[in-house]
Amino acid sequence: MKFVDEFRDAAVIKKAAEEIRRLADPQRHYRFMEVCGGHTHAIYRFGLKDLLPPNIELIHGPGCPVCVLPMGRIDDGLSMATDPNVIFTAFGDMMRVPGREGSPLEHRARGKDVRIVYSPSDALKLAQRNPDKHVMFFAIGFETTAPSTALTLLRARRLGLANFSVFCNHVTIIPAIRAILDSPDMRIDAFIGPGHVSTVIGCRPYEWIARNEHKPIAISGFEPLDILQSILMLLRQLRAGESKVENQYKRVVPWDGNLAALKALAEVFELRPYFEWRGMGFISQSALRIKPAYAAWDAEQRFRVPGIRVTDPKAAQCGEVLKGALKPVQCKLFGKECTPEHPIGALMVSSEGSCAAYYNYEHRKAPLASIENAVGVPA
Amino acid sequence: MTAAGPKIRFRDPQIEMAHGAGGKASRRLVEGLFAPLLFGSLSEPLVDAALVSINGSQVAITTDSFVVTPLRFPGGSIGELAVNGTVNDLAVSGAQAEKLVATYVLEAGLPTEILESEVRAMAQAAQNAGVSIVGGDTKVVEHGKADRMYITTTGIGRPIPGLNIRARNVCAGDKVLLSGPIGDHGITILLARGELDIEAKICSDTRSVLPFVQAIAAKAAGGVRWMRDPTRGGVATCLNELARDCDLCVTVFEERVPVHDAVRGACELLGLDPLHIANEGQFVAVIAPEYAHDALQAMHEIPGGDQSLIIGEIREKPAGTVLGSTGYGGTRVIDMLVGDPLPRIC
Repeated sequence: MKFVDEFRDAAVIKKAAEEIRRLADPQRHYRFMEVCGGHTHAIYRFGLKDLLPPNIELIHGPGCPVCVLPMGRIDDGLSMATDPNVIFTAFGDMMRVPGREGSPLEHRARGKDVRIVYSPSDALKLAQRNPDKHVMFFAIGFETTAPSTALTLLRARRLGLANFSVFCNHVTIIPAIRAILDSPDMRIDAFIGPGHVSTVIGCRPYEWIARNEHKPIAISGFEPLDILQSILMLLRQLRAGESKVENQYKRVVPWDGNLAALKALAEVFELRPYFEWRGMGFISQSALRIKPAYAAWDAEQRFRVPGIRVTDPKAAQCGEVLKGALKPVQCKLFGKECTPEHPIGALMVSSEGSCAAYYNYEHRKAPLASIENAVGVPA
Repeated sequence: MTAAGPKIRFRDPQIEMAHGAGGKASRRLVEGLFAPLLFGSLSEPLVDAALVSINGSQVAITTDSFVVTPLRFPGGSIGELAVNGTVNDLAVSGAQAEKLVATYVLEAGLPTEILESEVRAMAQAAQNAGVSIVGGDTKVVEHGKADRMYITTTGIGRPIPGLNIRARNVCAGDKVLLSGPIGDHGITILLARGELDIEAKICSDTRSVLPFVQAIAAKAAGGVRWMRDPTRGGVATCLNELARDCDLCVTVFEERVPVHDAVRGACELLGLDPLHIANEGQFVAVIAPEYAHDALQAMHEIPGGDQSLIIGEIREKPAGTVLGSTGYGGTRVIDMLVGDPLPRIC
């Protein structure tokens, strides 16, 4: 398969891993944060940690939109689904995220009209096919998914579609990175930058990280070779004493981003003064809301949103894990009360959440690290 | 004084789609509710068919319900699945299907034309699999109380001589054989539902696997330790059940697992793992190493078996776990399916 196979080529990957081992200074401990949940998933799915020397530590960042959504927003969204005339739609990732009264899937099992869609335009089509119902789309995601929501809202306005609305939970990545850098327990040497977000926003918004914070950053693709190449870029910069933004994912990410997508975002959305991030608290200017000109399609304007706030269970240490201060397995609930089947924190729900990735792909082999290397393809 | 009843461990307050998806939740339901109340304590791991003795002769018996939507899809239909599914459950339990009975639950308003075409599909599939349908039952429910039609088939079969299929027979060093490319059925159904704007040339792999099981039995019966057809929950789920039941580690050499490009592409787009996607015409077998070559050769000699290959082997540790190893030296845990990625696929 083109654009996949060449980035999973065993010989090239082995070579990149050798180069990493050669460049990494054995006297030094490296802490690299992969910002995006897609990277976390790929690192575990492809077993990349096994290829890295032990002094390169990968810290999982906040770039999983499902994980950073506070539980209260889920309850807010589900409160709209209690109206029997409303069809609640969301991406599949959202469906198992628990609210106080259960996840969207559990609401569906109780008879609520809750449906999975694969894009906001599918939700819009559903509204067109069901003129006597109101279709609400629970929008989540960083700048990656926000443009498709924006284009859908533009289309809804053009069509004058009265039975469709969006509950906007879109967030932006840069303020989250800033919050991590501002956090006192932050000890990160460099960043593996988010690939998908950058297809929209480009590479310029990260320049301050390199310039002001002196942290190297490599915008990375999601295949094993992409991630290893990005780690190589970071090692080379650190060796040379440099800090700059490098674009490893050039085949997809333009330096200036996607101007058409940015224009659609600017047309439909404006920044919220502040927004709550699960585990990280309120971060100013870190989320999008729908502009007044599109209020007719804004679920927060059309429905009475209770504005529910739910404190996370005290024992759950999602915040520390999100910021990279704790490894998933160091959380008191990990693998005990909190599992992918019965998630307590959202990091355990989404496949991009670091806890779920760790649970699914890693933790049972962890105590047996010594035999990992013995697992290979026999001749 | 009343005797204490069996211990019910299933505590979920209501039934969710995941309880029928073949993964962890299904297993919890069966082991936590059905087994203690219906089968007493479990001395043997749960398998696809029960072996019972009637007047001293061994008979295998199994049952399966089919609720797939849409009823027809590229490569097959509910009628075909209903026959092949039960024939396959018997085959991987080491038995040759002899007789089936079928139950239809029909929604009022179902066009006769559709029913007729599904009954014809069943007749054809039964003929292909060499099994006869000897009875059945029909129930009709009000319009809106069922989704067009559901079919349940129950089959009995005769044990295939020489086969003794038990997870407990599996030893470290055994080889894991897979009959062909995985994920075709699940992805075909997903695309046939028309909810995704993805088009791909792909069709369900529904077929009887009995000829393959017979071929392996003829050449390597003594080396067959265990078999399973990886339907709901896919290869990952059935290998996890094996790992747990035999308390060993199943290692899968991931780059060897055959997946059609269309299935890989759809999985990449949708964030699914082909190892979790359902199949309806494949099986996984664990073969003693000294028989692996013969078993593979037997597969390769019959039409449709040419893509079978060894995808992994059994190791001692970590016990109870399925590990995937990449061609470049990385490993990962391959877990059972959690939740329900694909609705109503069989």
